[in-house]
Amino acid sequence: MENTVKDPQKLPGWGIDANPENDPTYPMRERMNVSQDPDSKHRPDALQPVDIELLKTIERPNVSAVFGEAAPPTGLSGMIRRFAFNYSESHYGHWLPLLLADRVNVVEGVLEDLAHGHVPNIFAEKGYKVEWEHNRTAFVTKMATIALVTTGAILLLTRDKDKDYKRKKNSYKLR
Amino acid sequence: MLAMDYRGPKRVRATQKPMPEIKHPQDAIVRVTRSCICGSDLHLYNGNVPDTRVGSTFGHEFCGIVEEVGPEVTKVKVGDHVIVPFNVACGECHFCKQGMFGNCHESNTQSSAVGGIFGYSHTAGGYNGGQAEYARVPYANVGPTVIPEGMDPDDAVLLTDVVPTGYQAAEMAGIQPGDTVVVFGAGPVGIMAARCCWLFGAGRVIIIDKEDYRLEFARNYANCEAYNFEKDMDDPVVFVKKTTDFMGADCVIDAVGAEAAGNAMQTITGRKLLLQAGSTTALHWAINSVKKGGVVSIVGVYGPTDNLVPIGNVLNKGLTIRANQASVKRLLPRLIDHVQNGIIKPKELITHRIPLEEVADGYRMFAAKLDNCIKPLIVFPTKI
Ligand SMILES: [Zn+2]
Ligand SMILES: [Zn+2]
Repeated sequence: MENTVKDPQKLPGWGIDANPENDPTYPMRERMNVSQDPDSKHRPDALQPVDIELLKTIERPNVSAVFGEAAPPTGLSGMIRRFAFNYSESHYGHWLPLLLADRVNVVEGVLEDLAHGHVPNIFAEKGYKVEWEHNRTAFVTKMATIALVTTGAILLLTRDKDKDYKRKKNSYKLR
Repeated sequence: MLAMDYRGPKRVRATQKPMPEIKHPQDAIVRVTRSCICGSDLHLYNGNVPDTRVGSTFGHEFCGIVEEVGPEVTKVKVGDHVIVPFNVACGECHFCKQGMFGNCHESNTQSSAVGGIFGYSHTAGGYNGGQAEYARVPYANVGPTVIPEGMDPDDAVLLTDVVPTGYQAAEMAGIQPGDTVVVFGAGPVGIMAARCCWLFGAGRVIIIDKEDYRLEFARNYANCEAYNFEKDMDDPVVFVKKTTDFMGADCVIDAVGAEAAGNAMQTITGRKLLLQAGSTTALHWAINSVKKGGVVSIVGVYGPTDNLVPIGNVLNKGLTIRANQASVKRLLPRLIDHVQNGIIKPKELITHRIPLEEVADGYRMFAAKLDNCIKPLIVFPTKI
């Protein structure tokens, strides 16, 4: 590995955008002075009609002129999100419930799939095919660990108390 | 239409979804021709960005052909092949008027801190993104820019984010001729930032990461020094001090953001427990390794909750910290020139082409850094 650099001045484009007037605040300095904006509250003329449920930050008075409509709030996660939007963006009360809602939303997504008769293909959705192709050893170890832990948990949960008792009795007998 | 569909942390798929519709007179519908998976998509993919809702489509880096326009669209017409900047910007608000298109006030109802970004959670406006056959593009008079004659769409698609973000990182660093610049993170943006530092007259550019294949790539692409913080040094801060005559770097660029490795405490509190806005390891290193009076430029994405940032050192050292989402629209004319003159060669960053149907594999490959992946491009059934 070669770590010495050629003469930087011979690199294509060297210094092409350097500005001797430059200081760390560039390009702010060359921008319009904020106080000189004659109409700082200007809004676009047309506004997107609000025809879906839109959660709105309490830090601005109105709905922005356009907005996305990727996934309006639904179900339990939607209720948690509505609650979160009672708090400002500088408050944990806003962000932590949103993260919780995201996790609830994942379960809702699986239930919704099942309700539509679609069993999600978790193996494909997690992209495990490429993991298998390019990272096989790590992948096999990971899967084996998961299988081991799952088997262990199942054995532990389904352990027959009665059998345990009998086994103990037998061991007493052996002694 | 076929579209990427988020189902939960590390679970995505390609699903049939309804076609997007014109909702505002300045909207356009674009048939996507190229779309990238971005390092910052991984924050969404890992479930670290609040209000990332199941059923949404990611993708803020795309270009495509205009299929339909709203009644007030005059700057682009049906059939134009356009670059779509990742920010949704109105062009007329207080912030857009200052060239801060990345901070538009009329594109996001759900947060006042961040502007609208395609396919980047409801915190960034709830827009569906371009990892789909079609996308709704608001404010089509402002953002979309026709790909100039002769420019390869593979170059064009990287002008939506990677090139302008890397360039703005170097610009915000306030580089003076001859300066030593350290870039943390050798992902596509870090590599591009390192390349652009030379355009501002840097005298020495050092990039630091932990993946050898990315360092090798950066060394070749950006002509810079490249070091592995796990193999070449004990402590990156001490390393930078030593190599700069114990002064510190003149400027440091954080091109890592919330997914930083390298510090267990940060990993647990930031990435696992989500108690702070991701792991801030790179930011700590940046603040602590820059010289007194230096500039720290942040383009790595951090989440919105609290950070354990050494802010006391920022004060004590009299630092200037500049950070922003790139204002793509402001930079496009100059960057298009640089691409056309061969000074920046964006498409050399693309290492993988993934059909939209296999988007889940693409995300896994990029997230797990498999097969020496630097930048994956999603390709579409109808290729142009
Ligand atoms: Zn991006
Ligand atoms: Zn605006």
